[in-house]
Amino acid sequence: MMTNYEIVVGLEVHAELSTKTKIFCGCKNEFGAEVNTNVCPICMGMPGTLPKLNKQVVEYAIKMGHALNCTINGTTKQDRKNYFYPDLPKAYQISQFDIPLCANGYLDVLVNDEIKRIGITRIHIEEDAGKLIHDDDLGGTLADYNRCGVPLIEIVSEPDIRSGEEAYAYLETIRKTLLYLGISDAKMQEGSIRCDVNVSVRPKGSEKFGTRVEMKNVNSFHAAQRAIEYEARRQIDELTHGHEIRQETRKWDDVKGRSMLLRSKEDAQDYRYFPDPDLLTYVIPDAKIQAIKDSIPELPVQKAIRYMNEFKLSRADAELIASDKDIAAFFEKCLSLKDIEPKLVSNWILGDISRVLNDRHCGINDLALTAESMSEMVSLIEKKTISNAAGKQIFEIIIDEHKDVNEIVKEKGLAQVSDTGALSAIVEKVLSNNEKAVNDYKNGKTNVIGFLVGQCMKESKGKGNPSILKEMVIAAIESM
Amino acid sequence: MEKLYSLSATQMKDLLDKKEVSSVEITKSVIERIENTDKDIQAYISYNFENALKAAENVDKKIASGEKIGAMAGIPVAVKDNMCTKGLRTTAASKMLGNFVPPYNATVVERLIDSDAIIIGKTTMDEFAMGSSGENSAFQIARNPWDTTRVPGGSSSGSAATVAASQVPVALGSDTGGSIRQPASLTGIVGMKPTYGSVSRYGLIAFGSSLDQIGPMARTVDDAALLFKTVSGYDEKDATSKHYEYKGYGDSVKGMKLGIPKQYFGDGISAVVKEKVYAAVEKLKELGAEVVEVSLPSTDYALSAYYIISSAEASSNLGRFDGVKYGYSGSKRGNLEELYLSSRSEGFGAEVQRRIMLGTYVLSSGFYDAYYKKAKALQKMIAKEFDDALKVCDAIITPLSPTTAFKIGEKSDDPLAMYAGDICTVTLNIAGLPGISVPCGFDSNNLPIGFQAIGRKFDEKTLLTIAKAYENSVGGFAVKEF
Repeated sequence: MMTNYEIVVGLEVHAELSTKTKIFCGCKNEFGAEVNTNVCPICMGMPGTLPKLNKQVVEYAIKMGHALNCTINGTTKQDRKNYFYPDLPKAYQISQFDIPLCANGYLDVLVNDEIKRIGITRIHIEEDAGKLIHDDDLGGTLADYNRCGVPLIEIVSEPDIRSGEEAYAYLETIRKTLLYLGISDAKMQEGSIRCDVNVSVRPKGSEKFGTRVEMKNVNSFHAAQRAIEYEARRQIDELTHGHEIRQETRKWDDVKGRSMLLRSKEDAQDYRYFPDPDLLTYVIPDAKIQAIKDSIPELPVQKAIRYMNEFKLSRADAELIASDKDIAAFFEKCLSLKDIEPKLVSNWILGDISRVLNDRHCGINDLALTAESMSEMVSLIEKKTISNAAGKQIFEIIIDEHKDVNEIVKEKGLAQVSDTGALSAIVEKVLSNNEKAVNDYKNGKTNVIGFLVGQCMKESKGKGNPSILKEMVIAAIESM
Repeated sequence: MEKLYSLSATQMKDLLDKKEVSSVEITKSVIERIENTDKDIQAYISYNFENALKAAENVDKKIASGEKIGAMAGIPVAVKDNMCTKGLRTTAASKMLGNFVPPYNATVVERLIDSDAIIIGKTTMDEFAMGSSGENSAFQIARNPWDTTRVPGGSSSGSAATVAASQVPVALGSDTGGSIRQPASLTGIVGMKPTYGSVSRYGLIAFGSSLDQIGPMARTVDDAALLFKTVSGYDEKDATSKHYEYKGYGDSVKGMKLGIPKQYFGDGISAVVKEKVYAAVEKLKELGAEVVEVSLPSTDYALSAYYIISSAEASSNLGRFDGVKYGYSGSKRGNLEELYLSSRSEGFGAEVQRRIMLGTYVLSSGFYDAYYKKAKALQKMIAKEFDDALKVCDAIITPLSPTTAFKIGEKSDDPLAMYAGDICTVTLNIAGLPGISVPCGFDSNNLPIGFQAIGRKFDEKTLLTIAKAYENSVGGFAVKEF
């Protein structure tokens, strides 16, 4: 039955911007401070106080706008969204209504190995509200206003998402983009990135959208995927039973894996938006908008797609490398220094380097390892000057020490021996010590060759060139 | 020197400069005057006598040690109770803020303190500055010194009354639709609403944010100018404040072109007010001004536009008074909605609730376009008409209040009649222009009448010059012996 319907999803993502100070006052913008310490009369909305727009917020939002290929409106008109709640001290949120800072963009995301383009309706700036803490021991509900006035961007997508999986990919890409731009911590668990999900279904092939249901309390990207899948099933179930879908807001319960009615359309609030008279519209010069655009680095998805095309990396490898700005830079620097096989460098990064980073809980720039030494080492392996095993020995040194790779090779005598004259004695010795294996080989068990070459490598203390040794071993047995 | 309190700020400054009196002597005289008369005037919600005396002692110390003193050193000032004063109760004359003590100063208060002025107390007003009589105060109704059975006008009623009764030489008022100029007119003093953006609104408890402006009230033009000079100028805390530079003023209107708009002299204006305003125009002509006719055709719509815009902004500005964080918290607390409902129903007076409802209505979806949006369009039209008119003249002269001071209780049951009294004043707030109220005579009951001079944006200089020339020509404004 599912197959007769198409899922239509639009997402609203709220991301806290990591500016030094709050959006309308000088209070510090930081997570985890002592309750009600990062507050002042302005963000507490005390009588007579006035907001002053933090220009850094505008710049950060424009960055995201460029990253998502938006048109930048260049005006910061602020509107008041009026509603009563104890976490909102002014009883209005300063937001943007009819003129968002950025609009009409798109974001390419990778779903499996396909590129999917998702439209971006708008990005606007607004202030966050405080936090209510419900605690019976402390006598009910308490308010922490530290978060009041923390700058947010709201990113609204077009209803272009067609599955929970696509939604997940979109959210992950948004998160990586925020991190890449350095404009948000994008930590779901700290609430610095949050999302609301709009879900509808329609018969396949239909142009008309179905009735939309909004889902709140979606607290992780996986929860978003599950909520979408649940809600789509629920709607399809309703429709196949001849029921109508009601326009409503539902609350997702990720533990129980189901949603509950929060409020119906009739109870929808009228926010009475109007331009905030305390903040004059100010126009950002085109030159400034362009300068911000020029400052934006290549984004993770663009980069991954390029790695797939240019370096023939697999999607998984390309994405993994592209997802970390520093690792990606390291990767590309290695390739720019030496003409080496990208896949080899990629293997080192995703293998040994990643293992070290995981063990040490650090970033690649925290290691002594340089692209110079790494590319030199890989180049030596590629030229068969050293073996892979020798490479690993070198790696263990250069991750922590600034040492010349060729020096290490010389010092430790790691240069691979490819001279057949020097190797023939070793081959002879190994064959005479392993008669059984030799006989097995003769009897058709040719896979023992690996064992014999391994013994030769051992005998050469890792210096022998394994492919030459292999040729020599085969030749020696066959001439017996 | 026994009547130090009755001196103008300029005279006090002079005596202090000559070291003939001390700041403490002046302050004590003013305090004694207030103690003797305020039971009849009811101008103050809070007195600040103890701190005022300390500040005065400090000024005397500075003078004695030859230290540099500020431009208003030793001058007692009253402050309307909607401007936040750190550590001193600030109520906006509302039960809602009956016990609110701000932890910060309004920028104007900060500037008064920096200029070594002596803040004597906080004056009563219409609750949240909504009203034209002072009767909407939750605490007390200030009296008009010229007839204490009558209102002093509003909403800056206490500031007008205390200056007119010679309790202090100068006071700060705020003006959203006439709240400085109308009470100044009804109490026979000078009051100026400066250009929007010339005085910081930071710390002024907002009513209509796009219209609110703080300004001076005084018995002489020089005093009004001194106070205005002290508090005006750019403030980085107020995004709507402008880099305004005070330009002083002259005393001659010779060659000045004054516009007379016929729309301001219609049937709604009482005969005696028209007569006295025309007489003032004649006087200005005698002093060398030229009079031209100008037209402001949208004037009739201004009241509607004003009440829509100001109420819309107020409905949002006053949302923060919800009984949760500070101020009055309601009697019913069963759930959140009950807390909101009881806090706001019990904490706000009738007029404030009326405006919140009006404002909420005009911003509601489905009504926004018909009301708020149209009012904003009208605002542009009215501003444009003023711009055009002020191209052919240097200032516009109009009546100020349609009538002289009315009896307490006379209009309080008829909000529409009360709103109609704002017809001559609201247009300036809508257009963002400066206006000054200048005393120009009395009616048969010896109640003061004022005329209004309206200027171009940031041209307070012309308004002060007109007022000064007129003041000189009549030998100073009459002061009520009280």
